[in-house]
Amino acid sequence: MANPVVTLFFRELRLAWSGGGGAALPVGFYAGAATLTPLALGPAPDLLRAAGPGILFITLALASLLPMERLFQADLEDGTLDALGASGANYTGMALAKTSAHWLASGLPLSLIAPVLWVMLQGPGAAVGVVLACALSGSLAFFFIGAIGAALAAGVRRGGLLIALTALPLYAPATIFGASALYAVSEGRDFGQALNLCMACAMAAVALGPFAAGAALKTALD
Amino acid sequence: MISTFANPHRFMKFTQWMGPALLGLGIVILVWGLYQGLVLAPADYRQGDAARIMFVHVPAAMMCMGVYAFMVLASLSSLIWKHALADIAAKSAAPVGAVFTLICLITGSLWGKPIWNTWWEWDARLTSVLVLFFIYLGYMAIWSALETPQKAGRAAAILCLVGAVNIPIIKWSVDWWSTLHQQASITLTKISLPADYIVPLFTMLAAYGVLFGALVIMNMRAEIFSRRAEMLVQRQYASMD
Repeated sequence: MANPVVTLFFRELRLAWSGGGGAALPVGFYAGAATLTPLALGPAPDLLRAAGPGILFITLALASLLPMERLFQADLEDGTLDALGASGANYTGMALAKTSAHWLASGLPLSLIAPVLWVMLQGPGAAVGVVLACALSGSLAFFFIGAIGAALAAGVRRGGLLIALTALPLYAPATIFGASALYAVSEGRDFGQALNLCMACAMAAVALGPFAAGAALKTALD
Repeated sequence: MISTFANPHRFMKFTQWMGPALLGLGIVILVWGLYQGLVLAPADYRQGDAARIMFVHVPAAMMCMGVYAFMVLASLSSLIWKHALADIAAKSAAPVGAVFTLICLITGSLWGKPIWNTWWEWDARLTSVLVLFFIYLGYMAIWSALETPQKAGRAAAILCLVGAVNIPIIKWSVDWWSTLHQQASITLTKISLPADYIVPLFTMLAAYGVLFGALVIMNMRAEIFSRRAEMLVQRQYASMD
């Protein structure tokens, strides 16, 4: 029999892509929020160029929070996680499988439309590669840090705001470095340092987040 | 000593008079420290009387980090050794730490207006203390959101440790951030403090420390009482069935 963690990963992916999972909703939110920006700030290209990178990154952080409420909650309520725990899957593995599947289903599309929104907010077109790298590492960090909050709040009804309150302060480093890299590339400065640090945040979140989320899941299941 | 107090009964007996006694002692030291700082210490030659706010502000800044360190130790001993009172100690310390953080932010802001000519500057230090305040809020929200104290205690301990890993990272990133932006950072020029300032400063720190002890002990006692009351109510329901 296949490893339950691997099975869980593919099950999550299938559920997310088969519709009804709402995997595309964060993308719609991201595009919509970014579209409201010029409506609020006015269409002046200089202003958009100055504010765009920051707004792009904040809306990415908020859009990444959207799938978090349902990340563990549904499977906790219907007993799927209990069954998996009984079948010998470890909790760190479950957290890793579910979070990475959800990142593939929602975080990756979010990162892919970031360059489009970047161009719409008058960012220089030559920088789309850097924007993509920033959005990929930023969304990875946001998803894996958010998963800790999601696991902590899994047993709470309407825990969405609780997730936001616990996860948002921890989003600070990735936001700082990601937005710094975007500003640097937008102003034609050296972006390497900030981008590297943003990627470091993502790697630390992916490496450490599942342990904390797994421990929190174990608590929620007891 | 720590294992002695793992027994809540013994803890309750020992601390019966400790809370009020420490509270009284703390208030006495606080009044003395404030008198020293606000009346006896000479006004600063550049900042005038505004510098006196430092005696309230700097010890609060030390306490807001120190209280978090206390919560991390308590959370560790709760997760590792299942210490019966560690959860309660961490929970009781959180609001006190949050208030110290708030005092630090508010007094800093009051000081900033005459000296920096702004209520708030997105300086690295200010920003990281503000983030610390939000971490305290999240920690308290977890406690109030989860139903059973056992679950809430474990979840809050995990969040506390996650925060402990993140606080240094946030601190560095925020330092980096103001460097990257190359803002005109306004920092207090390094002055080696004279004894006139050192003595009231550490008196105030001692007062905060004693008050922290008093408040934590009183909070812990209140929490233990309310859990006992809860248990009695549940026992009554069980016997009615």
